[in-house]
Parts: sequence; structure tokens; C-alpha cells
Amino acid sequence: MTSRSAILGALRARPKAPSPAPLPDLSEPFCTYSDPLQHFAAVLGSVGGKVVLAPTLEAAEMALNAEPAYQQARQVCGLVAGLGRSNVDLTTVSDPHSLETVDFAIARGRLAVAENGAVWVRESDVPTRALLFITQHLALVVGKNTLVNNMHEAYAQLELGSAEFGVFISGPSKTADIEQSLVIGAHGARSLLVFVIG
Amino acid sequence: MSAELVHLSPATAHPRRAALFVANDERMHWHDKALWFVRQKRDKAAQSVPEWERLRELASQIKAHTLVGLPDYLEEFEAKAVALGAEVHWAKDADEHNAIVLRILEGVGAKRVVKSKSMLTEECHLNPFLEARGYEVVDTDLGERIVQFRNEAPSHIVLPAIHIRKEEVGATFHEHLGTEAGASDPQYLTEAARGHLRDKFLKADVGITGVNFAIAETGGFVVCTNEGNADLGTALPPVHIACMGIEKLIPRTKDLAVFLRLLARSATGQPITTYSSHFFGPRPGGKLHIILLDNGRSGISQSADFKTSLHCIRCGACMNTCPVYRRSGGHSYGTTVPGPIGSILAPARDANTYQSLPYACSLCGSCSDVCPVKINLHEQLLLMRHSVTEKGFLPKLKQLSMTIASYVFQRPKLYAFLGAAGRTLGRLLPHRWVNNRLNGWGRQRDLPPLPAKSFRALYRERNNGQ
Repeated sequence: MTSRSAILGALRARPKAPSPAPLPDLSEPFCTYSDPLQHFAAVLGSVGGKVVLAPTLEAAEMALNAEPAYQQARQVCGLVAGLGRSNVDLTTVSDPHSLETVDFAIARGRLAVAENGAVWVRESDVPTRALLFITQHLALVVGKNTLVNNMHEAYAQLELGSAEFGVFISGPSKTADIEQSLVIGAHGARSLLVFVIG
Repeated sequence: MSAELVHLSPATAHPRRAALFVANDERMHWHDKALWFVRQKRDKAAQSVPEWERLRELASQIKAHTLVGLPDYLEEFEAKAVALGAEVHWAKDADEHNAIVLRILEGVGAKRVVKSKSMLTEECHLNPFLEARGYEVVDTDLGERIVQFRNEAPSHIVLPAIHIRKEEVGATFHEHLGTEAGASDPQYLTEAARGHLRDKFLKADVGITGVNFAIAETGGFVVCTNEGNADLGTALPPVHIACMGIEKLIPRTKDLAVFLRLLARSATGQPITTYSSHFFGPRPGGKLHIILLDNGRSGISQSADFKTSLHCIRCGACMNTCPVYRRSGGHSYGTTVPGPIGSILAPARDANTYQSLPYACSLCGSCSDVCPVKINLHEQLLLMRHSVTEKGFLPKLKQLSMTIASYVFQRPKLYAFLGAAGRTLGRLLPHRWVNNRLNGWGRQRDLPPLPAKSFRALYRERNNGQ
């Protein structure tokens, strides 16, 4: 007997539960915010990220140019048309290891969540996903109209998408594994900048 | 853990190990405070969500539902994951799990493995298994790397190095990473680890991760970290092995909303982990293996009393709040998962070895109050005491005292006589006769002054006075 059939067999041999617990449909109302944008910015700030509200990409560009991490970056991989410079072309990258030297990356986020400051980034917008984690600094760009209140609303939208790698990013990489002292910049990005456009 | 502890009698294993931890009073209080701080952060985060209690209820319902239909959901998950291009393996125990990992490594000629925190591979003792066969296995979570350098096990499932002082981390890093002698600044030490581990990520042939949630309807799964180690560990090497217990399944994508709202808030008081990565099949050009491990879980799922312990999402909140865990340290449990939940999971699998764990509990119930999936932990710990007793694992001395107590309590006159005798002798006898080395209960405490009259005598007097 294979382990597969042994495990499934053991699970099926269990005494029947009195009545299978119903699966809640999760359609009930969950918390919303009177000013979701303000909440998003406050939460992301509290976890070490920075939010820039920019009516246009031009305004975002000005704010980006003022960022020391961006000014000092030698290798920049920009994936958002109309924002920032770029001297790393992802379409020519066949081996993700070569992204090791990227200082600053700019990528598109598809959704922002007010309750926890998370931004959803999907692989089709960042063809080599390693970029998101290996870059020293990361900037994400999301439309103001993509902001949702909570994770339930977020998944309701994401379920429409195809099954591709995606990640909620909320703040820069961090750790508190040494005596509970918060240190920003564990393995991934040392800073996270989120531009909310619109 | 020193060698003599390996042979501890199972009946006293936890108290004996706890005694070693408690012997350093200053460290014990430091440890207690560090965890209480995390508990307080959890409270703040929980209170910021108006529907917190409702979320716990929903999470409990989803997990209960999934457990009932688990075999069907596992098959659905497998079919969907395979359709996405993953290879799915089934392991009935730790040995088979490790053998599968080895076969995969051999198949791709791998030598260097980076691992992101996975308590499941700790449970299977994968590291020593692979290291004995010449593989380099690097734990990439900072806390896990610290304990790996020190040849220790994690003492907490979310905060693996919570028992180690920064000066000790400094000494460990000085030895292994060449940091400055005497350096203890967390920022400096973390930066050193970042450089060291980047190199390991870049050179790795295979990345191994755990799984926080696997979704039956899509065949995808979610891994949550703050450091980004699971992401670097899977985005660079061409092969990803994801190891999960069969209880990690949830039915639908939308169920993730409930669990991701609960997990990080319960664990560390964060609104969500920095990275919540959703994997669907291998990355372009890569390979993905998913190992589904039983290792006793199907057995626990048959137990009416303990099956809901499989609802656990490994947040660690029960540890942070537990007055025994905070003061005895994670290593005192001698298990991969310590604390209240570990004191159910371990003896549910092996009652003999872990018979002392259900007693590492004051039955205060705080663990049940903070559990994000509403496991009735303290009630199960009491039931586990019954269970280990029924299996014949009550120590002789406790058996004897229980038998005597039962005999006396069934005989009111004998009880009254012994009570009177005890009150009189307790007052008249020298203190060292009443409380001495032989009385284990009195080692750190003393009896209160004994009353002159029994409760029954006082009750009679009061009624006569009316």
C-alpha cells in the first residue's frame, strides 16, 4: 500500500463526525474605515514603510527624486512606465542571481489593503520575482482606486485573477530575533516606499 | 541540552528540565518579561479589530469543517497542485519525509540547501539527517540560524532564539561569522547575518520551506515571513521543496482572509507579516515539490478529545501567555512544538515519553483565551492527564497518593478524624517534621498557619448561633 492510500485510508476510517460543520460563507460585513487611505498610510508607517500620496506620476517622480536611497542607487530596475530611471532590463535577465547587485527596484502593486498596510504584487508585473526580495530598496506604485478596507475585500478581487505567484508586502524586511529588538533590513528590502497615485 | 538530560525519567522530564532554567532567577524573569511583552502586543493588535472574536469563531468553523472532509480536500489539493505543475509526495512519517527530500536532492545533484523556518522539518529532524549524508543545510531565519550555530533546537515556534541574550548572540557570531568580539548591538549583528546568509541564498541548489496554509480549491499555498527568507530561498535556487503537515489545508482562497488577519496579530502583534507569499506551482523554469506529511496527525484526528489540536496555525500565542512556558523556557518541554499546544500534540502521539507535559500547566485557561482558532487548550490538557493516567503512566507516588485520597474522601468520619489530627499535629510538631526534604510540595512554599477548627465545625457553630 502506498503512503498516499495509507494516509487517506486512515482519515476515511475515522468515526463519522456527528454532523459535518458547515463552511461559513464569509459574506458578512467586516470592518471598514471612514478614511481608508489615511489608515493605510498610518499602518504602513507603523511597520516601517513610507507612503507618498501623489496625484500624478509626475508628482511621484518628484518625491522619488528626493529619496536618498534612490539618489544613491547605482543599479535601478524600474518596471513602472513613467516613473524613475532604469538601468537594469529584466527582459534580458535569464538568471535571477544576477539581480544581486540591484540597489533600487520600482514595481507595480495591484491592490492596497487599509487594515494592514499590505500591497499585492503579482508575478506578471515582475517577471523575475527575485527582484522584489533581493533589491536593497523597493518602491511600489498602486492606484488610489485599488484601495480596499480589509483582507476579505482583497481576496474577493484577487479571486478574479489567474493562479500566478503573488505576494502581499507590508513594510520593509525585518526581524526581532535578537532580544525582540526590531531591526529593519533582515534579508529583503531595507526600505519600502509606496506611491499611491490618484 | 546537556547529555545527562537525555535519560531523564519521562515522569519528571519537564520539571527536571524546568528546574535547570529556573535556577537562573534573573534569566527566568527576563524571559518571562520578553514573552509577556509579545503577549501585550498581541492584545493591542487583537483589540484593534472590532470583529476579532467573530474571526476566531469563523477560523474555528473553517478548520473544523476542513478536518471532517480532510481526505477529500487533500485529494482536491493534490489534483490542483499537480495541474499547476507541482510534484506531490505523501509521507506517513518523519523517516519517509526525509527519504523523499533526500531522493529529490540526489535527483538534481544538489549539495547546498537553504531552509526557511519550518517547524515541520524540525519535527522530522531533517537537518541532522541531511548533514550526516554530506549536505550543507542552512537555516535562514535569523533566530533559527542563531540556534543552529549554537547546536540548539528552537525554544519557540515563532521566536526561535527568544531564550538567548544578545551578548550570547554576539559571542556566537564572533565565533562563526567573525564579528567583533564583545559586539552585541542587534542592528550590527543582524547586518552581519544578512551578509552571511545572502551568500548562502545565492549559492544554494535547493530551497526548502514550510507552509502556513494550503488551499484545496487552487492547489496553491501561502508562506508567511517577516525577513523575506522564504522568498529569497525559493526565488533563487531552481528547486523548491515545500513541506507541510496534512492539517495545513483550508478549502478556499477567501478563507485566507480570516487566517491572515489572525495569524500575525496573534503571533507578534503585527497587522500582517511583511511577506505573505502565494505560490501556485513552480516558478517559470523551476521545479516545485510538495510533501504532505502525516506523522501521527491522522491518528490525532480520530480522537474525540484532541482532534481540534490539529486546528493549530502555529502562531505561538499560547506560549507567550502561558505562565509555565514563560518561566520554564521552551527547551524544558523537550518537543519541537513546546508550550500548551505542544503539551497536547506530543503526548497525543507518544504518551509515555511526554507524560509529564500535561502537568506543565496551572489550568489557568489563558491559552484558550488567546488561541486564534479557539482550541480549548486548557480543557484538553486536563483530559490529557486523564489519558496518560489511563494508559498507566501516572508515577507510582502519585498513584499511591491518589488511591489514599480517594479512600479517605469516601469515608467522612475518617476524613474528619484525619483533619483534626492534621490540624493538631501541624501546630504542635516542629516545623522540620511537617515540611522537610521529603515533602516535594513544600520545596518552594510553606503551609499557611493551620486553623484551630475545621470548616465543618465553624459551619455548625454559625448555624447554632442563628
